[in-house]
Amino acid sequence: MTTFTLNGKTLSAEVPDDMPLLWVIRETANLTGTKFGCGIGLCGACTVHVEGRATRSCITPVSLVAGAAITTIEGLSSDNSHPLQKAWVACQVPQCGYCQSGQIMQAAAMLKDIAQPSDADIDGVMSGNLCRCMAYVRIRRAIKIAALELHAGVAAPGAIDLPAAPPAVEADPHA
Amino acid sequence: MLDRLVRTTAAAGISRRGFLIASACTGAVFAFTRDAFGVDNPAAVAQSGAFEPTIWYQIDPQGIVTVNVTRAEMGQHVGTALARIVSDELEADWSTVRINHVDSNPKWGLMVTGGSWSVWQSFDMLSRAGAAGRLALIAAGAKILGADPAACAARAGKVHAGSKSVSYRDVVRHGGLSASYSAEQLTAMPIKKAADRRQIGVDTRAIDIPDKTDGKAVYGFDAKVEGMVYAAPKIPPTRNGSTVLSVDDSRAKGAPGYAGHLVLDDPSNSVPGWVLVFADSTYNAFRAAERVAVTWQSDDTANVSEDDVFAFGQKQIESGEAGSLVVADDGVDDAFKGAAHALEATYKTASVLHFQLEPVNALALQKDGIWQIHTGNQWQSLELPVLARALGVDETKIVMVTYLIGGGFGRRLNGDYAVPAALAAKALGKPVKLILTRADDARFDSFRSPSIQKVRMAFDAAGKVAAMDHAASAGWPTQVMIPALLAKGKNGAPYDPFAIAGADHWYTVGAQRVRALSNTLANRAFRPGWLRSVGPGWTNWALESFIDEAAHSRKTDPVAFRLKLLDAAGRNGGDSPSTVGGAMRQAAVVKRAAEKGSWGTTLPPDTGLGLATSFGQERDMPTWIACVARVHVDRTTGFVKLEKLTLVVDAGTLVHPDGALAQVQGAALWGASITLHEGTRFVRGAVADTNLDTYTPLRMGDVPEIDIEFIASTQMPVGLGEPATTVVGPAIGNAIYNAVGVRLRDLPIRAADVKDGLKS
Repeated sequence: MTTFTLNGKTLSAEVPDDMPLLWVIRETANLTGTKFGCGIGLCGACTVHVEGRATRSCITPVSLVAGAAITTIEGLSSDNSHPLQKAWVACQVPQCGYCQSGQIMQAAAMLKDIAQPSDADIDGVMSGNLCRCMAYVRIRRAIKIAALELHAGVAAPGAIDLPAAPPAVEADPHA
Repeated sequence: MLDRLVRTTAAAGISRRGFLIASACTGAVFAFTRDAFGVDNPAAVAQSGAFEPTIWYQIDPQGIVTVNVTRAEMGQHVGTALARIVSDELEADWSTVRINHVDSNPKWGLMVTGGSWSVWQSFDMLSRAGAAGRLALIAAGAKILGADPAACAARAGKVHAGSKSVSYRDVVRHGGLSASYSAEQLTAMPIKKAADRRQIGVDTRAIDIPDKTDGKAVYGFDAKVEGMVYAAPKIPPTRNGSTVLSVDDSRAKGAPGYAGHLVLDDPSNSVPGWVLVFADSTYNAFRAAERVAVTWQSDDTANVSEDDVFAFGQKQIESGEAGSLVVADDGVDDAFKGAAHALEATYKTASVLHFQLEPVNALALQKDGIWQIHTGNQWQSLELPVLARALGVDETKIVMVTYLIGGGFGRRLNGDYAVPAALAAKALGKPVKLILTRADDARFDSFRSPSIQKVRMAFDAAGKVAAMDHAASAGWPTQVMIPALLAKGKNGAPYDPFAIAGADHWYTVGAQRVRALSNTLANRAFRPGWLRSVGPGWTNWALESFIDEAAHSRKTDPVAFRLKLLDAAGRNGGDSPSTVGGAMRQAAVVKRAAEKGSWGTTLPPDTGLGLATSFGQERDMPTWIACVARVHVDRTTGFVKLEKLTLVVDAGTLVHPDGALAQVQGAALWGASITLHEGTRFVRGAVADTNLDTYTPLRMGDVPEIDIEFIASTQMPVGLGEPATTVVGPAIGNAIYNAVGVRLRDLPIRAADVKDGLKS
């Protein structure tokens, strides 16, 4: 049995020690926002935070996170209000959406390390996350917008070469 | 093509149905009915279901408009686009509009999401259904307001008469809505002029997106029921022709959660040679499957490799095998005999995986005599009969329950993965959840067949193009999976229209011949699939590379050469609302792309621009598109850096412009990925690359600068999911030639090939 904290709640899982954290999150805790893509840590769809660090849950045996605090996409905010989540909607990033939990969790960890990521920073960190729909242009834009919100006032005007503003949208209750 | 699809599919389309509008206890329903019935009492019909009304949208007593969507959501935001079409004509308040993705049922007609068809095929029908609803609401609202309907107008969910108004909600609550239209009346229903549209062409946020940012979105992979058994497959060494000789599970016994195995007996022949391994969780099923050893007997396809498929196709082309003549003008051979100058070249494209990020999966169970198949799928009307054969029950006893799709790209047009789950659920008498590992998904993929093509062109003494001859051999997905959809060539021979589209281009080239050859070795050795754009993904690689070669051979600028051939003469003039303007519209996107892409400017050393253009998918639904690629080639390593893509698209009316942009962005990068980053080889009966360690799609750091422009248009909306994939490859190939003079004729392009070219 392994005990750890998942999105602030204690979880004790009666599973084999070598079962990857991903399957415990999905099938024991029934949180399905974290996805299975490749199973070898190369697509990033399974990315969660372990003690705040972006971690590929598909190759992390659950026994290794005993006592650790795990955050999944469901725990990033309670109401889809993390600046990255807001930027993801504002920029209309997701297509099929399957990789996006992992993209957002990876980006959230990056913004803790690098408040104002350059294009090269984004290339370096986010190239580990495959988006098969290839929504990369929008992922990059959304990260920059979220970084601005998270660190409003830090950046000098024009410090970031923002692409064109997201398309104007009507006031929209689906937002 | 779609007409043929509707005609030849058992589930008839709804195109010849009437329409009725009636108050019901749940509000108001707006439904298609069988045609030819005079509907005297729409409310009674709606309540009794006597004429099988198919409710396309409804308004509840709270005024919420729910539009039923029969197309699968796989990232194209299709529900948003289709609901906008209804909402605009209905004059609904968009904030009250919801979408409902329906489960399979024959009443919906053909259920298929592919070919970039959804908006194009639905536009007219949904517009008229919305307009009919608006007229009925105005008539009922006018009564409430005591006004003449002719003096009333609808806007944003209200009926207005002068300064008075009544909301749709209150009209619905008031009851008494009643109207019916025959198919003829519905066809004659006037729809808005483009200038009067208020929602179509105006951006809005896609309804499916918020749930994709907080983990709430539910995909087939996430489907779960109490008491289900998890299953992982043992995939045989070949797609067809392998039979199980023995199973040894001694090493699995005692593995955590292991619950036995099953050799599948599949009457539908979807998964010959499969063995399923059962356990109490996905991971335990994966692990147990690793410990189960299966011995198979395979047929000769276990010895077939990529080069054998190419060699087979080359022999078909060179031996003059008749194949199917898709275009067969008189005088082709004479023109070549009398040519002052002729050119020919052969092009190849290697196998490409779908690699949709959500591996295929399905949950099957039987409840109350009905089989429920929970899975994301793009072509329910194709898979239902297959499931019926597999289970030995009538199609009416099976429902495919709809889920979000974690990447389609054509993989889920072929629903073969639903069959093993269904067979196991039947055998076990319990719900079974089948999940494939990534490697199993790749091994079981209906990947894009290798293709080989030979293109020839004849010039007369005046230097004018006199004839063109294009022969293409590839695996034919349609022949393998739904032969009823094969089209008939000019010589009477059948062909897979999806596997040759693109070769029947809009250039005026004198006498033209297009010969489609079914690579029957490919068809046997694996199950060729429909992969994003299908044939145009390879025909345009050959065609647009060749057109460039032809231009250079005549020492003509490739843009000028194309524009000269895009003269809209004869059959290239366009003859329907979807094709109006014909090749003139293709010429327009070529010109604009050249201008935006700085065609003709001086570039740094080893840097080049290349242009390619296509009509997207099919001649009857052309999406006019042109691309300029800018590349830099490293002469030492042969590495090609894609610096910029400029794309110009004429897709007619854009229903959901930001969704359109997203599709072109993604499809363009798909084109780049297939050209420079992806690709595998078929080796002794299976694909060589099965995971991201060696199969390497484009990543964030590979993304070039991208500039996309849509031509402003109010013409018929056409497709956008696939067209951009068709032009990026040849644009890159042509750019490499212009950068360093190396002509590449095989996809994918690898640094080693460029380096070899530089040496020679």
